[in-house]
Amino acid sequence: MSHDNLPVKDPDLGHSVPDPGLEPHVERYTDVDKGAGNRAYAAILMMLAAVPVLAIAFVVIYFAVPRDAYIDFGLLKANAQNVGFGLTGGLAAVLIGVAVIQWARVLMSDEESVELRHAASSTDDDRAAVMGLWDDGVEQSSVRRRKLLLGALGGAVGISLVPAVVLLADMGPHPTARLREETLERTIWAEGILLLNDENWLPIRPEMLEVGQLVNAQPANLRDLHGVEAHQAKAKAAIIVVRMDPNSIKVPESRKDWHVSGILAYSKICTHVGCPISLWERQTHHLLCPCHQSTFDLGNSGVVVFGPAARALPQLPITVNADGYLVAQSDFTVPVGPSYFERDSSQDFKDGDQ
Amino acid sequence: MMANPTRIASTSPVLEGQPAPSANREMPGAVKWADDRIGLAKIGRAGLRKVFPDHWSFLLGEIALYSFIVLLLTGVFLTIWFKPSMAEIEYDGSYQLLKGMPVSEAFASTLNISFDVRGGLLVRQIHHWAALLFVAAATVHMLRVFFTGAFRKPREVNWLIGVGLLSLSLIAGFAGYSLPDDLLSGTGLRFVDGLIRSIPIIGTWAEFFVFGGEYPGDILIPRLYMVHILLVPGILLGLISAHLALVVYHKHTQYPGPGRTENNVVGYPLFPVYAAKAGGFFFIVFGFLVLMGGLFQINPVWIYGPYDPAKVTAGSQPDWYMGWVEGAIRIIPALETHILGTTWTWSVFLPGVGLMGVLFTGLGLWPFIEQWITGDKREHHLLDRPRNAPTRTALGVAGMTSYAMFWLAGGNDIIATRFALDLNAITVFMRVAVFVAPVIAFIITKRLMLSLQRADRERALHGSEDGVIVRSPDGGYSEGHLPLSHEEQFLLTQHLQHRVLEPGAETDASGVRRKKGGVSKLRARLSRWYLGHDIAKPSAAELAAAAHQGSHSAHAVEDGHGAAGVDGAGINGIEGPRHGADAGHGPERAGLHH
Ligand code: HEM
Ligand code: FES
Repeated sequence: MSHDNLPVKDPDLGHSVPDPGLEPHVERYTDVDKGAGNRAYAAILMMLAAVPVLAIAFVVIYFAVPRDAYIDFGLLKANAQNVGFGLTGGLAAVLIGVAVIQWARVLMSDEESVELRHAASSTDDDRAAVMGLWDDGVEQSSVRRRKLLLGALGGAVGISLVPAVVLLADMGPHPTARLREETLERTIWAEGILLLNDENWLPIRPEMLEVGQLVNAQPANLRDLHGVEAHQAKAKAAIIVVRMDPNSIKVPESRKDWHVSGILAYSKICTHVGCPISLWERQTHHLLCPCHQSTFDLGNSGVVVFGPAARALPQLPITVNADGYLVAQSDFTVPVGPSYFERDSSQDFKDGDQ
Repeated sequence: MMANPTRIASTSPVLEGQPAPSANREMPGAVKWADDRIGLAKIGRAGLRKVFPDHWSFLLGEIALYSFIVLLLTGVFLTIWFKPSMAEIEYDGSYQLLKGMPVSEAFASTLNISFDVRGGLLVRQIHHWAALLFVAAATVHMLRVFFTGAFRKPREVNWLIGVGLLSLSLIAGFAGYSLPDDLLSGTGLRFVDGLIRSIPIIGTWAEFFVFGGEYPGDILIPRLYMVHILLVPGILLGLISAHLALVVYHKHTQYPGPGRTENNVVGYPLFPVYAAKAGGFFFIVFGFLVLMGGLFQINPVWIYGPYDPAKVTAGSQPDWYMGWVEGAIRIIPALETHILGTTWTWSVFLPGVGLMGVLFTGLGLWPFIEQWITGDKREHHLLDRPRNAPTRTALGVAGMTSYAMFWLAGGNDIIATRFALDLNAITVFMRVAVFVAPVIAFIITKRLMLSLQRADRERALHGSEDGVIVRSPDGGYSEGHLPLSHEEQFLLTQHLQHRVLEPGAETDASGVRRKKGGVSKLRARLSRWYLGHDIAKPSAAELAAAAHQGSHSAHAVEDGHGAAGVDGAGINGIEGPRHGADAGHGPERAGLHH
């Protein structure tokens, strides 16, 4: 074989000690001791012989063990079939693997071989030849003489990508200003919509809430929606309703009519990436998002006190209706959930605003 | 009798994948039939006895490959029953606790696979364990390649393919995690929604396009299903094939040692030894995953419950490979800017999209950056011992440390509750740790590698300590040294040491005149930082002197050059074979090339 296309010309470069060459091959115990060799052989056969037994056991488990049988290990309860399949199938595969590797390790000859490498590059010959062929092809194509051909072809193919990309324009509705107004910028909350406790779907009376208590709530009109619309509506409309001691919270001038004697409603959707927020600390009035721990101060208009969220939680203005139930005064005054590019959220409520 | 091994390289008759046939054999009929049509024998002649080197660290990539095969097999099984639909139905399967609940078809069919299809739970759990193992094995495999310098010329392209594979496997895993439409996977999707929305300028449009409108919509799971079972596995399959084809073309790298050179590969032939070991290993990985699937519960979606946009569980965690992104998202301080009536949400975009971009771009560029800093254009088939590339090793450990810090930050709530610590304090600590810890790790690792180099140098010069402490007449203690075997001395000194690039050098490392400009100041400074602290390995002359001295007194004298840098004594950034010249070595090198 050609030895002039080796990866490096000077494999000994920099050696301070000459390469001693491969170490001598040492025979294994199973090579020299006939008994040991035969024992290894027998062990491999035994492993392979166990596989059919396990395979049959697997099939028996499939048909004989009821689907809902459980193995009870005290704390751990596991589906009997699943454990049976795992043990029989897993062991069978492991045994095949171990047997074959053992065969390779102790019964196949373990003398190492040496193979020469080639440089990754082609030979100079090949390089020259391919450039020649290329030039012949270019010559034959006549692009040298008719120079516009290539540019025209490139332009034509390039432009035809446009229709291909345009084909994707129907992947989703286009969030133009009008659509944003109907989607991102509004929820199904509106004047007079009842707040329903989302455990029992009953309306909430102020006197049902003690100071420090928090309930999750949904708008009553959510129940008119189904399927995807319900999900989309719920993903924005979910709120939390808390009652705090009115003397222990800061209510800015602009929001003084938004609460009902210390009962305030906030969006449950985190302004960071939109997780529903759930962890309430009644002493500090802090609400912690379980996803990335943004912390909002519900005693101070929902401003961020810690964490990656950049916007205060939107507050829902509420009041009581004629029957004495909590209802919304309107929709949220700012969009809920994470900010988005097209809207400047810098005017949203910030700590210290009135 | 001991069999004599094949001697090395050019002087010996070597196997070149095309050994002389041992006997004149006729082909069996069926093979002949195939060969008549597709020329099997040519392929067989080149490949059947191809040599593969053996080392445990070469199994890491194999584990990734075998987990991928297991993913394909189990994934196809799951598709038989899984319904990628977000349409709402009433659950009516055999899991009593959710009977009558409105759930999506995707969720219901996942429960169906888990409770009503015999073996379905097993296959689901194998699929999930295999996904975790796939990403883990690929990651550790990449670290092996990094720390041993296996990405160097000519393997840069394969490194790039590997980076592509790793990033795609994250996407595959994430898409799969979202399919069952349970509470955890929905929380993950909500996060993706926020992440997409945070992309400057196109965010809202991208969100509406991906989700087909407002979150959550009803089309995402069918789309993710297409991504998960067709698009990504298809690309993965193509890239994996290219990855393996390049391994075959380049031949596997090998660790340095006696008889291993840049020009050969020492190991076992594909047929039968390597094939048996690799095939057997597939069954072991497969069997291990089946055992995991049978014995260890994973992703019990019926406990999490169906997705509800108003619910989330505290302590919800992504699969392990997304943990570092999660951590970054958790510890970044709030950051939004407003320009001309628009909002730029950095505190989601930077840690999410940005950080992943930085990691994968950095990984992809690394081979080229290192080549630029060292000026090394030579082909490398012998692996580096990590200590012999101390700056690279230290950078790698620093990167791992940073990753680990982000990853830990992704569990800040769990750390806080487990160890009763203040959550905000942990977060603030982590904000600092992700920057400081890698620097500390870098410094420690580099020191450690340099002292290993120093120890190697000492050992090569003076041999190993003989364990006999001798007290001299004047009261001092010393220990004698035994000479090293030729093999060990070779192993400790065989590596190339690159010379620091000098600014403005007119000639490149091998003395060939540069076409354009010389080495820039910046490049020279980087090169000094990267290479300048290496402990010079002993030269032949030093070894000879030490041996001479050693034969006079068994007790070696402290070697004065231990801490010297390699400047001037090192090997230059040697050119590849085509430029052959190897002029310009330091004076000590003269006469080294016999
Ligand atoms: C390429 C690497 C792949 C990764 C990393 C991966 C990962 C995952 C993960 C994490 C899940 C969630 C499993 C669970 O319910 O616990 C999943 C589900 C699923 N995967 Fe894959 N997968 C891969 C390839 C495939 C392939 C090739 C197919 C099919 C040809 C497939 C089909 C499915 C199906 C149908 C499900 C949903 C079934 C269920 O959740 O029960 N996957 N995948
Ligand atoms: S979603 Fe609430 S902190 Fe990230």
